[in-house]
Amino acid sequence: MTELIIASIMTMMTAATPLMFAATGELICERSGVLNLGLEGMMLIGAVFGFAAAAVTGNATLGLLVAATSGAFAALIFGILTLNLLSNQVATGLALTIFGTGLSALVGVDYVGETIDQIGSIHIPILSDIPIVGRLLFGHDPLVYLAILILLGASWFLSRSRWGMILRAVGDSDVSAHAIGYPVIAIRFAAVTFGGLMAGLGGGYLSLVYTPLWAENMTAGRGWIALALVVFASWRPARVLFGAILFGGITILQLNAQAAGLGIPAAFMSMLPYIATIVVLVLISRDAIKIRLNAPACLGRPFRAER
Amino acid sequence: MPIPDSPLLSLTGIRKVFPGCIANDAIDLDVQPGEIHALLGENGAGKSTLVKIIYGVLRPDQGDIHWNGDLVQIANPAQAREFGIGMVFQHFSLFEALTTLENVALALPREDHDKLRARLVETADAYGLALQPDRHVHELSMGERQRIEIVRCLLQDPQLLILDEPTSVLTPQETETLFETLRKLAAERRAILYISHKLEEVRSLCDKATILRNGRRVDDCIPSAETARSLAEKMIGKRVESVRKRATTQQGNIGLQVSSLTTHSHQPHGMDLSDIDFAVRGGEILGIAGIAGNGQIELMDALSGETGAPLGGTIEILGTDATHLNPNERRDLGAVFVPEERIGQAAVADMTLVENSFLTASARMKFSPNGLIDWNAVGSFADNIVRDFDVRTTGVSALASSLSGGNLQKFIVGREMLQEPQLLIVSQPTWGVDAGAAAAIHEEIQRLVSAGAAVLVISQDLDEIFLLSDRIAVISQGTLSSATPANDVTPEDIGLLMGVRHTQQEKTKYAAA
Amino acid sequence: MLRLEPRSTQSLSAAWLSPMLALVLTAVTGGIIFLAMGKDPATALYIYFVEPLTSSSGLSEVAVKAGPLVLIGIGLSFGFRAGIWNIGAEGQYIAGAIAGGGLAVFWYESTSAFLLPAMLLTGILGGMAWAAIPALLKTRFNANEILVSLMLVYVAELLLVHLVQGPWRNPMGWGFPGTRVFPDAATMPLLFTGKRVHLGSVLTLAVPFIAWFLLARTRFGFRIKLFGSAPLAARHAGVQSNRIIWQSLLIGGGLAGLAGVIEAAGTIGQLMPDISPGYGFTAIIVAFLGRLHPVGVLLAGIAIAVTYIGGESAQISAGLPKAVTGLFQGIILFYLLAFDLFTRYKIVLPSRQAVQQ
Repeated sequence: MTELIIASIMTMMTAATPLMFAATGELICERSGVLNLGLEGMMLIGAVFGFAAAAVTGNATLGLLVAATSGAFAALIFGILTLNLLSNQVATGLALTIFGTGLSALVGVDYVGETIDQIGSIHIPILSDIPIVGRLLFGHDPLVYLAILILLGASWFLSRSRWGMILRAVGDSDVSAHAIGYPVIAIRFAAVTFGGLMAGLGGGYLSLVYTPLWAENMTAGRGWIALALVVFASWRPARVLFGAILFGGITILQLNAQAAGLGIPAAFMSMLPYIATIVVLVLISRDAIKIRLNAPACLGRPFRAER
Repeated sequence: MPIPDSPLLSLTGIRKVFPGCIANDAIDLDVQPGEIHALLGENGAGKSTLVKIIYGVLRPDQGDIHWNGDLVQIANPAQAREFGIGMVFQHFSLFEALTTLENVALALPREDHDKLRARLVETADAYGLALQPDRHVHELSMGERQRIEIVRCLLQDPQLLILDEPTSVLTPQETETLFETLRKLAAERRAILYISHKLEEVRSLCDKATILRNGRRVDDCIPSAETARSLAEKMIGKRVESVRKRATTQQGNIGLQVSSLTTHSHQPHGMDLSDIDFAVRGGEILGIAGIAGNGQIELMDALSGETGAPLGGTIEILGTDATHLNPNERRDLGAVFVPEERIGQAAVADMTLVENSFLTASARMKFSPNGLIDWNAVGSFADNIVRDFDVRTTGVSALASSLSGGNLQKFIVGREMLQEPQLLIVSQPTWGVDAGAAAAIHEEIQRLVSAGAAVLVISQDLDEIFLLSDRIAVISQGTLSSATPANDVTPEDIGLLMGVRHTQQEKTKYAAA
Repeated sequence: MLRLEPRSTQSLSAAWLSPMLALVLTAVTGGIIFLAMGKDPATALYIYFVEPLTSSSGLSEVAVKAGPLVLIGIGLSFGFRAGIWNIGAEGQYIAGAIAGGGLAVFWYESTSAFLLPAMLLTGILGGMAWAAIPALLKTRFNANEILVSLMLVYVAELLLVHLVQGPWRNPMGWGFPGTRVFPDAATMPLLFTGKRVHLGSVLTLAVPFIAWFLLARTRFGFRIKLFGSAPLAARHAGVQSNRIIWQSLLIGGGLAGLAGVIEAAGTIGQLMPDISPGYGFTAIIVAFLGRLHPVGVLLAGIAIAVTYIGGESAQISAGLPKAVTGLFQGIILFYLLAFDLFTRYKIVLPSRQAVQQ
């Protein structure tokens, strides 16, 4: 029984990790005032390019780097369209998801069914060998720690660093930031790129560590769930951690329940994460004023500087 | 050490062209150290463009800038600040979600926040500008916000301080305090460039004035040696026909009766209204004065029915209880509304004037009986607005965004007036509008009242309030003072009512006295 | 430096040119991609964009594919105009197919002439019901309709899989997921023998013109557009936001549901897991490519249908992966969004300003 619980918690963390990556990136992006709905597309692009790179080179770490980079490139397209060409952010985000779905399917054709060497769990002598707690605290794969580290880093960045303050300022009032001399577009570009980097990494984690294989549309809505997590977290990084673990838990719960055969049809169990997302959104959004207080004031609005 | 009487800042031949207009053309300007220099002009004369060039927000198309005698290029605001130029914007460049301290830190080079907090408090105290470093801007009044902007500039030890229409958000008393601060700064040999279109202010404060009209410099003068009238003539370029105050007309039935109106704002940083009472009769204008952000927008929304039924109280329009009616049902009773936001609320930027005519007139003008729109009828209605209200446009199929501020407001006011209302509720009727259009709008409002309609004017411009109103009330922190006849009060009396909450007790006392 | 200048009137030519230009540039980009894949670009592009239009069977197939795209695209364009981002049309399409197709599953021996009309109606209602969920949650609880409608796509897909594998599975289907084949009374009559184009295409053709009338001539259409471009102005004009949210979502859901049941009763003739090749998502592109104008959506639906058919035949005859079609769709949308700039702004050369002097 203990073994089962430990295993469940371990897998819960792996299920939460891609959400943590993607949601942290999107959170930073949204804090600068840009809404990128293309998370799902960037994750798929990261997943397929990461997997392809690992399959070709046999190096999973390199695969992760490629995953992150390709996500960032996808985000650059989004940035050029929305920030330079002032296109509608919602429409462009959807376009990025459709593009990413198509591109990843095309690139991935040759890699369906291939396998790669997985990135294993870390093992710290002594610490990892402590009964129960040892594995729970020190027995995950390194990317779980990386995701948490980036999340905490983002939290520190926003609340304590000068650049974080500038980023918040740009998201709060682009006009004011421009008036006192900050390069609004450049700052937003950086935030959008970071969002792409993280989404790509989240996708890469799915194809390189979580499964590890490539299948068409393998993100299965995780990009959208990560978007919901940002709202759930009220644009505060620390709460993303909580939300991601909650969703990881639901995912593992329904998988375990299916395995246990509770008599509930598998399809209904699989609906659980999606329905949970809706329920969470409803609970969080009920107070419209609170949502608007927390959301960056410029979120989704195009900005054109006059010179 | 600059040579005495050599200019601190010297502009020559500044030109800036925007799509469709020449904002600045061949402008020369010298500002001496220790001088309070007024930049005087109507809305749209090019004052804001010129100071944005000086502060590096905009780049001039032509012309030279000399700073302390050296030819310089001011590429961006950061560089302007390095030179020693500070600026207080008209629409503040503040961040509502951030604290006062963070707002200040953003405009300064990297500095430890604890040290900065100490410097901030010290500077604020030295110039009599009370500030609390850790409060969020969205909690603060307009006056407090302006103090942040000023302190933020002062912390950079500027040699030149630019203020763009600083008193438009201040009470008369706050204005006097600001002037003392500015005189203190001038005494320290800092130069101040003071932008305004308020003549009396310029006369009492400034050492020198440069007058702009249509983007050009038309004159320099010593303001104290001029009269308000002569300044206005230089500014507008023709003899000023002062709008004559209408003789009080016979008062009719009650057009609008508001009792104990209480609302809860739906906006994150909104103001709640509490216990508002007033009435407007046919043939009279009630003016509601007050500093922006004290509940004017919420009052307008509650009266037009846009935010639904209030939390408490009643609204009667022309004798019918309208508390629970929607905007179009209120229009059917005979009311029309001109809200403060022209683009995005009163009119839609990317719709044509015809479509914008349909926007609010469809209810009273019956443009869509049974749901089908009679676009021909709307078109001729739009033609009438453009003709009767002298709206300068290429035609009724032009987009609203192509109209200048003054013309758009004439169109909006015209659209409502042509519906022959018995009640007009208008907020900030001439805010940011050029003098010609403002006079036209004031005349139309007077004409409507003379014809027997009831009019409520909400305005933060005291001159406008006194020009139009028969009675005046003051809105402050979501409460409204009792209305008093305009002839019985001075602007200073009204100013004293601006910073306080108007409780029921105080109102009764006031009414008794 | 080039400068952007807002337009003072709407440019009709730019509105038409930008989708055309987007299509042309997508073809050029496609050629480059084919070249990179080691295919002859001219042949591949011919297969993709021209061949489907050269034969009567090809045209019939285009009509079959364009049908659902146009129906859903029209429905979405109401919502997008109003700024209501229903991106879950795929789920509403499936819900419509389940609701309408369910009738045929239950009355699988029926010969009633009322069965098909009843299916179309329940299909519409099914789509509406699925769209009513985001409408309710948005109006009552302020929940984001983008995420809710999207999440419901996955729920609908799983529900469909459950039904066709479980309770509704064809008892004579050798265990393959799928329902019984619909009876004749539950299938769309074919227009020509030997071709798949059916009555549904004719029904579909009427919808854009009804939509055009609603949008251009009625107060309802004006309010939809008004709410999308300036919500505060809509409020000022007495438009109730909740009503617009409900209306636009129900129209989008109803038309998607109709598309779903027409597809099930027409082209496929049963319910099975793959009743949609992503029509609900592709229709988003169709709606934008048609500039949210009903006639534009009709033309865009046909254009995108051509690439679907082209993609299928390219897979067979040239060994090109089917996924290329999806990539093209994303690229079209990117180009379109980029060119949209020119419908709102015009490019001004600095030299012109100098001349003004």
